[in-house]
Amino acid sequence: MEAALQYIELYEQCRGMINEHSTPLLNQPREQACEDFRRLGLPTQKLERYKYTDVAESFAPDYGLNLRHIDIPVNPYEVFRCDVPNLSTSLYFVVNDRFYDRALPTAPLPEGVLVMSLAEAAAKYPQFIENRYGRLARSSKDGLNALNTMFAQDGLFIYVPKNTVVERPLQFVNILRADVDLMVNRRLLIVLEDGAEAKILFCDHAIDDRNFLATQVSEVFVGENAHLELYELEETHVKSRRFSNMYVDQQRNSSATLDSITLHNGLTRNRTDVTLSGEYAETRMFGCVVADKQQHVDNNTLIDHRVANCQSTELYKYVLDGEALGAFAGRVLVREGAQKTISQETNANLCATDTARMYTQPMLEIYADDVKCSHGSTVGQLNDEALFYMQQRGIPQDEARMLLKFAFVGEVLDSIRLEPLRDRLHYLVEKRLRGELSKCEGCRLCK
Amino acid sequence: MLREIAEKKYEYGFTTDVDTDIIEKGLSEDVVRQISEKKGEPAWLLEFRLKAFRYWQTLEEPTWGHLKMPKIDYQDISYYAAPSTGNSGNSGTIDPELMKTFDKLGIPLEERLALSGMAVDAVMDSVSVKTTFRERLKEKGIIFCSISEAVREHGDLVRQYLGSVVPYRDNFFAALNSAVFSDGSFVYIPKGVRCPMELSTYFRINARGTGQFERTLIVCDDDAYVSYLEGCTAPMRDENQLHAAIVEIVVMENAEVKYSTVQNWYPGDKDGNGGVLNLVTKRGHLRGRNSRLSWTQVETGSAITWKYPSCVLSGDGSQAEFYSVALTNNHQQADTGTKMIHLGKNTKSTIISKGISAGHSQNAYRGLVRVSKDADGARNYSSCDSLLLGSKCGAHTFPYMDVQNPTAVVEHEATTSKISEDQLFYCNQRGIPLEDAVGLIVNGYAKDVLNKLPMEFAAEAQKLLGVSLEGAVG
Repeated sequence: MEAALQYIELYEQCRGMINEHSTPLLNQPREQACEDFRRLGLPTQKLERYKYTDVAESFAPDYGLNLRHIDIPVNPYEVFRCDVPNLSTSLYFVVNDRFYDRALPTAPLPEGVLVMSLAEAAAKYPQFIENRYGRLARSSKDGLNALNTMFAQDGLFIYVPKNTVVERPLQFVNILRADVDLMVNRRLLIVLEDGAEAKILFCDHAIDDRNFLATQVSEVFVGENAHLELYELEETHVKSRRFSNMYVDQQRNSSATLDSITLHNGLTRNRTDVTLSGEYAETRMFGCVVADKQQHVDNNTLIDHRVANCQSTELYKYVLDGEALGAFAGRVLVREGAQKTISQETNANLCATDTARMYTQPMLEIYADDVKCSHGSTVGQLNDEALFYMQQRGIPQDEARMLLKFAFVGEVLDSIRLEPLRDRLHYLVEKRLRGELSKCEGCRLCK
Repeated sequence: MLREIAEKKYEYGFTTDVDTDIIEKGLSEDVVRQISEKKGEPAWLLEFRLKAFRYWQTLEEPTWGHLKMPKIDYQDISYYAAPSTGNSGNSGTIDPELMKTFDKLGIPLEERLALSGMAVDAVMDSVSVKTTFRERLKEKGIIFCSISEAVREHGDLVRQYLGSVVPYRDNFFAALNSAVFSDGSFVYIPKGVRCPMELSTYFRINARGTGQFERTLIVCDDDAYVSYLEGCTAPMRDENQLHAAIVEIVVMENAEVKYSTVQNWYPGDKDGNGGVLNLVTKRGHLRGRNSRLSWTQVETGSAITWKYPSCVLSGDGSQAEFYSVALTNNHQQADTGTKMIHLGKNTKSTIISKGISAGHSQNAYRGLVRVSKDADGARNYSSCDSLLLGSKCGAHTFPYMDVQNPTAVVEHEATTSKISEDQLFYCNQRGIPLEDAVGLIVNGYAKDVLNKLPMEFAAEAQKLLGVSLEGAVG
């Protein structure tokens, strides 16, 4: 509770300053969120969904918060060159929690498509934002949502209007940049209207050798017949901690592909809750984790089949080395009446050392009888015979191990539909498996 | 017609009219002392009970199960009930009423039923009524008696092992049981002895407003073997009856224990009134090298079943198995599974769980497989399938895996489905009525587990599955 108290105190002291540097719409739910946070506190490991991550430990240190929204000087193009080559994206930057509007892509977006800071959107389209902000991510349900809502001053807003297809992928580079230890509270609101289509890619980077704590709450609305592909790639460093809560709501006939790839990090906890609220909707979730040293990656998913005839697939693969800790908990909930549901959940893990630790917990909760649901999970090691076979053919042991690990996670990478991104990830993962620094070549750290 | 079948299906729901010595309802240190006194226990056991009771008072009832539990008023239960005439236990004279009860249940209490070749310890409410075949077992050095008797006659053995597998601090219900446990069976198989017959205990709750808190302790010394069966029934009552037992099993080097349960406590009526709350802690400790333990359970009764028969594999090369069929109908709820804790090297465990839910019931599998740092070469295979009969019931799977050793291979798979219409159509086409067809398919589905049961039990279990499902289809 101590860790939680410092945030309540901070909020009470700085309430005015927080409000002053944000917009009325985001300020409105703060008091309620603070009430909720007082009641809930930071999630403890006694909660089933937070079993594998000690949240309080991450929140206990004293981080600075940029509540005044002081401009931290950054030239994204100069400090950062982590583009995915050959993939012509519309490239945007988000520095800490702020949308960086001084380096916008030149290629025009289809008519009506909006990509802007959430604060700006709230000022321009108050009614629209009000109807959606905080609707999926309830602060009364989760301590982290409450905390984020208390402090979030800005974030990102993406809107794709009816029947509009955004051909060119939208790429967002989240840069953590600070000269002191920093806590960042980011908010994301993504709305795809009926029949819209978009591919969105988030790359998380930390360019300063500081302790970072980022909380991110995302709300994603996928309308009827809309198709969303959302990729999240994390390549930060050991001093960075990320707590992401993503809530996705899918309407009839929609499809969503949610990919999360964690290569470099300190501690990451991704919670993804998908609600299938229209029939014939489809969700595909993929995850790939390569971790060593003391990396900690905890993916926690919930797919809520509320109506009949929906489909969901989940595939998560972990390669753990060193003293890494991996956790996967996936819950598929099939509600009463959600007949003809098809759901499949797979989690496969490789533990390479005796200090690495893996927790896995694939759960099915089913209240309808005409369904096809299965889940499977494995924890194992590299196949000795395969290793021997390769060594016999002159491939050194290390190389052979690398190849096998690479093939193991290959299944997840192959699911990526954006071809250039897939190629780039193959390259990044290979480098990662070889133990090379695969951070954006040329960022401030490696220069 | 269907209703008729549904109503008559619990055929063990009668009560026996014998004088019962029940102590006042409520739970306090005095009650614990009173129980201990009634049983004439030595001081160390009273001390054990009191420690457990004091610890229990500091605990809160757990709520994490996937269950809707009625509030249990622990002060509204009588913690000791003894059919007074049968009290002296194994002295030979048994009240004819009691005899009739066990005859009705089909339990061979008289040695004239020697043909069935099974040694039985029958426990009604809080006391052991009769243990059969003791002389023959004694020749081999096997001890098979009620635990109260074991405390009197083999105090050192009991003291050495009691609470060594399930300590009183283990959980809420284990602490409660440790404080107030009444009777149960004690089995000791000496070194190198293969128990010549199946040992079994039959539990029955009879008195109203009582709980049953039995305690079973099985110790299987080096190179020994025993197969142990457990059965349970209760009368139909409109109140919930609490059953919080502990089973402890110690398996030494090269020894093997098979433990089978056919659990048929009263499940409550079709609207979910009454029924037994079955909250049991069962655990085996595979201490010796190459020891083996196998749990087989068929769960068809109880309003609520909440138990995880577990294995701690600390001997190198030890092997554990868990086979379970859990069937829930009407408003029954089950949250059951197992825990396999791998500590020794080259240990192996297998989990096969089959859940069947019908009516408005909820059936959950919850299991933990933990491979500790030093458990090199550990191997686990888990498979849990669920079958849904009806659109109002639920089937859930919550497997937990925690692996800390790179040489471990752990696999889990699970499926959930309903009986395929093709299979039903095929049977119907051949003149098999719908209900029979479902029974047939369910039995086939559960066969992996039923095959592991000793013969007599397999037949009973098969019948039970059929009976419990009656009225569930259509």
